[in-house]
Amino acid sequence: MKIETLAPQLATIAEEPYYQAIGDETALFEAAYARRLPLLLKGPTGCGKTRFVEYMAWRLKRPLVTVACHDDLTTADLVGRYLIVGNQTTWVDGPLTAAVRAGAICYLDEIVEARKDTIVVIHPLADARRMLAVDKRGEMVMAPDSFMLVVSYNPGYQSVLKEIKPSTRQRFVAVDFDYPEAAVEAGIVATEGKVDIDTARRLVKLGELTRNLKGAGLDEGASTRLLVHAAQLIGAGITPHAACTAAVARALSDDPDMNGTLDDLVRAVF
Amino acid sequence: MTQRRLFGDELGKRLDEVLFASHSHRSATRIAEGLEALSRDRQERVLHWANVAAGTYAEIGYQIATLAPQAFALLDDAGFDAWALASLDAFDRQGGRAAMDLLRDIEGFRGARGGALAVAKFSDIEARLSRFIQGLSGRPLSLSADPEAGAAAWTDSETIHLPARLASLPRTEANRGLYKVLAVILWAQTRYGTFGSALVDLQAALAPWLETVDHARALRWLSVLEAVRLEAKIAVDLPGLAAEIATLRGPWPTVLTPMVARLSRPDATLADTLAVLSDCMAGGEDAPLLPHQVKIDPAAALRVRAARVARDKQILSRAINALKGSSGRPGPRDESMAPLAAEGGAVDFNLSDEALALPPEARAAAQSLLQDLGEVPPECLVPAGPGAWQPTERTDGGEGLADQREPDRRYDEWDYRRKAYRKDWCHLFESDVAPGDADYVAEVKRRHAGLIRQIRRRFEMLRGEDRMLGRQAEGEELDLDAAVDAIADSNSGMESSERLFRRRIRNERSLAAMFMVDMSGSTKGWVNDAERESLVMLCEALESLGDAYAIYGFSGWTRTRSDIYRIKRFDEAYDSTVQARIAAVAAKDYTRIGVATRHLTELLLRQPARHRLLVTLSDGRPDDYGDEYRGHYGIEDTRRALQEARQRGVRSYCITIDRQGADYLAHMYGAAHYTVLHDVKKLPLKIADIYRRLVS
Repeated sequence: MKIETLAPQLATIAEEPYYQAIGDETALFEAAYARRLPLLLKGPTGCGKTRFVEYMAWRLKRPLVTVACHDDLTTADLVGRYLIVGNQTTWVDGPLTAAVRAGAICYLDEIVEARKDTIVVIHPLADARRMLAVDKRGEMVMAPDSFMLVVSYNPGYQSVLKEIKPSTRQRFVAVDFDYPEAAVEAGIVATEGKVDIDTARRLVKLGELTRNLKGAGLDEGASTRLLVHAAQLIGAGITPHAACTAAVARALSDDPDMNGTLDDLVRAVF
Repeated sequence: MTQRRLFGDELGKRLDEVLFASHSHRSATRIAEGLEALSRDRQERVLHWANVAAGTYAEIGYQIATLAPQAFALLDDAGFDAWALASLDAFDRQGGRAAMDLLRDIEGFRGARGGALAVAKFSDIEARLSRFIQGLSGRPLSLSADPEAGAAAWTDSETIHLPARLASLPRTEANRGLYKVLAVILWAQTRYGTFGSALVDLQAALAPWLETVDHARALRWLSVLEAVRLEAKIAVDLPGLAAEIATLRGPWPTVLTPMVARLSRPDATLADTLAVLSDCMAGGEDAPLLPHQVKIDPAAALRVRAARVARDKQILSRAINALKGSSGRPGPRDESMAPLAAEGGAVDFNLSDEALALPPEARAAAQSLLQDLGEVPPECLVPAGPGAWQPTERTDGGEGLADQREPDRRYDEWDYRRKAYRKDWCHLFESDVAPGDADYVAEVKRRHAGLIRQIRRRFEMLRGEDRMLGRQAEGEELDLDAAVDAIADSNSGMESSERLFRRRIRNERSLAAMFMVDMSGSTKGWVNDAERESLVMLCEALESLGDAYAIYGFSGWTRTRSDIYRIKRFDEAYDSTVQARIAAVAAKDYTRIGVATRHLTELLLRQPARHRLLVTLSDGRPDDYGDEYRGHYGIEDTRRALQEARQRGVRSYCITIDRQGADYLAHMYGAAHYTVLHDVKKLPLKIADIYRRLVS
């Protein structure tokens, strides 16, 4: 039977994404890929998980399918559904099915956000079976060797509702991510945000100060991503004060008192 | 009210009622004479405050009435209220003498109030400043206010002491800035080694002047020279902050020019300061006074630091110990664990991968040691012997020791007479209920098997169920009916609908419920039995419903020991431990319900649920040891606490067993809904039903 698919065309990443390796994560990823093991990336928001996967997809020359998980993500959103075209039904592969068929790297970002019944569909993909059941078509899609499943989550959310079940997590090779140390982070901010290294160092200092406030009014300190945003604004001609206030302070908190403190910290650094 | 002034004898009589119920040796006549000339409004005001104050401490009431004529000569009505209230606050914080001093110094009070435009108060900047300092330091550095007038700013390296009010600059904003600068300088003292490091011994360096007339002068010089050095240090990482300090201090006094040249380098250390210090002391001059002058008390700082270093060392050694033990490696010292780089570096045992696995407490301790000593002492990095990882050795003292322990939290309490909060008035301690009879719950379940089955069935029906919605624009599967209709429509030439899908939606219950159980002495007997059985019913019901819930008991003995007993936390399962705790819920002391409400509201607010529900289970009137909380005060405080909860988005519901059928309930629970059960024995039967009504 011919598969009527409207699957999106998957392309490999043409240009090398900027990624600064911090430890042995690149080697680990490659080894996991070679041995066809799925990978779990843990770490706070904005520390480079997504960029790392993009970089690895480029390096391994595989197409990358990224799905941002949310609490309304259904199985059909991942696997696919029938659509009506004219008077006919046409099957459309979901991103996961498309990735499996194409032997791509499928990256499920913030997997804990997805509904529990949705997460279960990846189980047979994430163990030795390496297959995806598309039950609406009565089809089993076997993953080619080049397919790889990568998921990420942020263990910082100390919520009972946002926990990943052992039956899910014990299928993965896990890699810890964290904000890089100051000198490396400054390099990243300078390169990615296109600012001079001195400004980058100050931004990283600001990041450190806000991370000290984690648990003392802030759920999370400023991520590397926020610092890069601030750097980009500065590069675009915004004053450092205004850039940090907009990209860092206001992005971290809505509480007027906390904003006052964050403004103080911004002024302390610049 | 008539505006006629009260005559001396009338005043005397009312003052007698207010003040001299127990002090018959004093007469109100003389006070009454003083008050006779005041307007009726003011007379009533004096009587009101004298009455309020006498409720706290008779002597303050007496003083307010006595000094009222003088006070009104200097203060307006609002000023008078503030003066009286300030005296009561002073009494709460520092006792009777401070209150009396404040009352007598009406001139000073007016000065402070009149100058209020320029004054910056510690309490106004405390929250923001303490977060700022936490941001800078990364280790807890608490702030504290020194109420004495003209108090100096100083630090013992763990607490930053600041004056309660600052008025040395002409504008409030500037004075607030001064607060920040003082706190930053003191933080920098702890951060950049003013109190010495592993290499420099401050105590020894100051020894030549110890117990000489020059000691104070040496400390003044030290403070000034360090201010110069630290500013240069701050400028490296925090140039904005350094600029702020420079603006506030203005140019350095000219006498300092040579010293500034020597110390204003980022690489200057305490050793450089001490070298300059001996030169300064060799000359006979005194140190100039800086606008951001702080005091240095090396003895206090070193004492505190020694204690902290010992503690941190212990934490770190034990963590490393546990680590070595668990990794199964032998303990000989690793060459890679050389002492760490000094100042400014992050703690990083980068050559040794196992150190990366240090628990966060130990990493914080290492960071703290690094700030104190400039290095992590090598002996910490070697295991000292067997021992499991434990960040602190919390020995649980007996009940009687409670007062010596530092409370887990402090809460304000509402005083209706003052119409103001008493700051940090209640000391709250949180502890687990010691587990009791493990079979109790099973036994209750057996006894009420039928009822529990019924409850479970009813609650299961409430559980959020999935539903399929047909004819949706998007969804996971086709809605065949809709598709057939659409095709028929299009075949007959009509426009066909695009809503062809079925979508599953889930009615997710996002609700967190907190149960607050009265464990006061008055619940002894039937009430306590009923409470425990009710808890079993509730747990059965909630387990089948799947709502997040927690159960805490409360009791207490005066404001300095309000106890909260954990029975089940939100993140605990309804397991044998929790069941054994339910069995052990027992009647303890008194019912100071306001502080318990505030604390549990706080815990509830941390839950990520959309709806938050606080259910109180009590046997009536708030009560505490001593006669203050009993009666109106307690009722008003409880009412206030429930209002606060509602404002913060917590809905509360009170279930009360009150055989008196009291009339105050409607007032006390004004902000909450409540139910009165007249028969205790019905509680277990009803409680699940009550909850079901609340949440469905």
